[in-house]
Amino acid sequence: MTDGPMPLLRMENISKSYGGVRALQDVRFEAERGRIHALLGENGAGKSTLIKILAGVIKPDAGSIAIGGQPVQFASPYAANAAGVACIFQELSLLPDLTVADNIAITNPPKRFGLIDLTEQSRFAERLLARVGGDDIHPMAPVGDLPLSRRQIVEIAKALARNPKILILDEATSALTAADVARVFGMLKQLRDEGLAIIYISHRMHEVAELADDCTVFRNGRFVESFAAGTKTDDAIVELMIGREYKNVFPARAPKSKDVAPVLKTSNLSWGSQLKGIDLEVRPGEVVGLGGLDGQGQRQLLLALFGTLVGLTGTIEIAGKRVKLSSPRQAKSPNFGMALIPEDRKNEGLMLPMSVRANLSFAAMEMFSRFGIVDRAAEDKAIDSIVKLLQIKTDGVEGPVAALSGGNQQKVVIGKWLMTGPRIVLLNDPTRGIDVGTKQEFYQLLVRLAETGVAIIYYSTDYDELVGCCDRVLVMYDGRIGRTLAGDQITEKNLVAAALNLPSSTPPSASTQSPSKAIAGAQA
Amino acid sequence: MSDIAIATDRSHRRWQSITYFISAQRGILLAIAIFAVMFGLYGWKQEVGLTSNIINTAANKGALLALVAMAQTIPVLTGGLDLSVGMIFLLTNCLASVIVNGDPLMTSIGVIGVLLVGLLCGILNGVIVVYGRLQPIIVTLATSAIYFGFAVVLRPQPGGSVNFQLADIMTRSYFSIPVSLMVLVGVVLFIWIPYKRSILGRAAFAIGSSEQAAYMSGVPIAPAKILAYALSGLLSSIAGLMLTFLTYSGAAKVQIGNDYTLNSIAAVVIGGTSLFGGVGSVIGSIFGAFVMRTVGDLLIVFDINPVLQPLFVGMVLLLAVSIGSLRLLRIKNKVDLYR
Repeated sequence: MTDGPMPLLRMENISKSYGGVRALQDVRFEAERGRIHALLGENGAGKSTLIKILAGVIKPDAGSIAIGGQPVQFASPYAANAAGVACIFQELSLLPDLTVADNIAITNPPKRFGLIDLTEQSRFAERLLARVGGDDIHPMAPVGDLPLSRRQIVEIAKALARNPKILILDEATSALTAADVARVFGMLKQLRDEGLAIIYISHRMHEVAELADDCTVFRNGRFVESFAAGTKTDDAIVELMIGREYKNVFPARAPKSKDVAPVLKTSNLSWGSQLKGIDLEVRPGEVVGLGGLDGQGQRQLLLALFGTLVGLTGTIEIAGKRVKLSSPRQAKSPNFGMALIPEDRKNEGLMLPMSVRANLSFAAMEMFSRFGIVDRAAEDKAIDSIVKLLQIKTDGVEGPVAALSGGNQQKVVIGKWLMTGPRIVLLNDPTRGIDVGTKQEFYQLLVRLAETGVAIIYYSTDYDELVGCCDRVLVMYDGRIGRTLAGDQITEKNLVAAALNLPSSTPPSASTQSPSKAIAGAQA
Repeated sequence: MSDIAIATDRSHRRWQSITYFISAQRGILLAIAIFAVMFGLYGWKQEVGLTSNIINTAANKGALLALVAMAQTIPVLTGGLDLSVGMIFLLTNCLASVIVNGDPLMTSIGVIGVLLVGLLCGILNGVIVVYGRLQPIIVTLATSAIYFGFAVVLRPQPGGSVNFQLADIMTRSYFSIPVSLMVLVGVVLFIWIPYKRSILGRAAFAIGSSEQAAYMSGVPIAPAKILAYALSGLLSSIAGLMLTFLTYSGAAKVQIGNDYTLNSIAAVVIGGTSLFGGVGSVIGSIFGAFVMRTVGDLLIVFDINPVLQPLFVGMVLLLAVSIGSLRLLRIKNKVDLYR
């Protein structure tokens, strides 16, 4: 093998169209051994298409790929794996019914007498899990039973199990907790030093700043620029990505008066060991954030308010009236007016093969039907206005929602619930894996909603969003509201400190050990 | 961490391993429990008790459906369905009544021929499903009619014969253990366990669990699916052979084929295999089949008209499926119900 200036991976003149839409137009991309290369761009810029070509999922219409100087063509993900390309996809590629160890060793399990050696496979999985910070995951656990952040760790271990030369991470950290991210980053840097070429896609700019050696920006399916990391400011990079000037991300907000009566109030809300005596109040027009480490009961709190938890104790009051919520169907009814934007849009948010129109009108169907018959004209009108309001980019509302980009799919999920005219909107980490531009539109929408008097509970794993969007943040820890931050108190430093249950005076520099301990403690 | 903490951590891990193992066998254990209760009742109501003879007869009857149900299980694990198992069973029965005859050499060639035909029928199903990109349910519905056609050509009228010595060996007991049960154990040991521990076997589970994720993981989907249907055909032909040994003849009766196909699906479900794929075992299906067969025996000892058998089989099926889903009552988050 030649060790000259030739890059390990060279992709040239790659083009790909879907129907009439050009996803990639004559782009090039190179990655070198021992470097982490960040691929940047908005959703729809063509990053995922390029990665899918490299991973053998789709075939390019034109262009060439060479690994180590040898031209290659991948007919399937299997072929790409064999050539040393491993990809950690944004949409998890795990098999829910199989165990963690089965998943990690799916393509090349250890064998004995020609059969898969389960004991050795278990050890193999444990070693890899330990390497990526998943020592708490049992190798015999069915993957489907794990929470999202643990599944993501399994996904990373699974990619490493293939001994790749080129490792691709497509939004692989979006579901991880801060402590997990730190460990995964440590591992990536080590792999880089071992000589792997790592391609990294993330919408989190501070992650790119911390990790990347090189950056390449795509925009609208075209190559824009490649440059060494650190030679451009974040603002300059974002401008390259969106092709326009990057203004203030978070819209300004008018201060709220505290005199209004709360539209939602809970007292002593408890559920098993996951919710412990939650007291909260949300007023119309208020955006209340839920903070804390992942898995401290935030999701359960939202589900409790949406009526899906059985055996809930404590009280919920809506507009001063005590209510008992027993199903989403009831929670969304005009009397209660709740809407939940779920975290898992592919399973809980959308019917992927169905049309944009059908998806948008599902939740609100009763509102424009009479005696069970849908009034098409009223439906069309409502759909038109919501598509305009959210600027959903589609070829038409009759097309399948699966054909939209991730950001636009999420807009459909949000739009579907806005059509019900909710009074209380519950958001479960809604910006996961969404590009900067769509995020910005989403923040503005949030503010507009609040200004019309909608009460919003907003769970986000991105602390910047909590700082930028919320009037108050309830930081959860071990099923309780650990601390409430309001106004100027909402800073990243305070959020981190409160999430780790540290006294607010302690500087958050402590060490990288403390978050992982806190997580281990919380999951024990 | 102190030594004690590490030690507790280790024993905790081991305990977790055991719980995960048991929870993975839940379906099989339930099928065994239901069968034990029913067969115990049967033995208790029998005036003579459970003699070797009675067990042998019960095993011979149960083994046929057990083999067909095992055949059904493997495509079901991939998230598919094989509606042709009953007809492959009939076709190979008719074929065996023609070619499993004569001297030991000719008989052996006949047995191999029957198994090969079953395997080929299965491969044909798999190839059409994979390369035709068609739904298994419609592919196997079509091929089942074709296989039945061949069976009628081979045996327009019931009849034929089979090597008597071999038939006798395969249907009697040695040391009170029916040979038909040994066949089932043999299939588990020499086909199922190696299959489950092979790449293509694991791939079958992976495909049933999530075909898209399996593809993205570089799992060999096409060969795994073809092998699943091929094994299904092979196991159906073993059942066909056993039927010939039991009846000394072949018969192309459409009703029998259809009954076996539908009952095999029921047995698979009672045995704890998910019709969505990804979860299950042929071992569960064996007991599922035994449960179905024991219903008939129970009707006899309780002096109930055998015509009512379907009624009771249906009730047992519903009961077994209900017990299997009892754990859903424990679900505290209703979202989990729809996963």
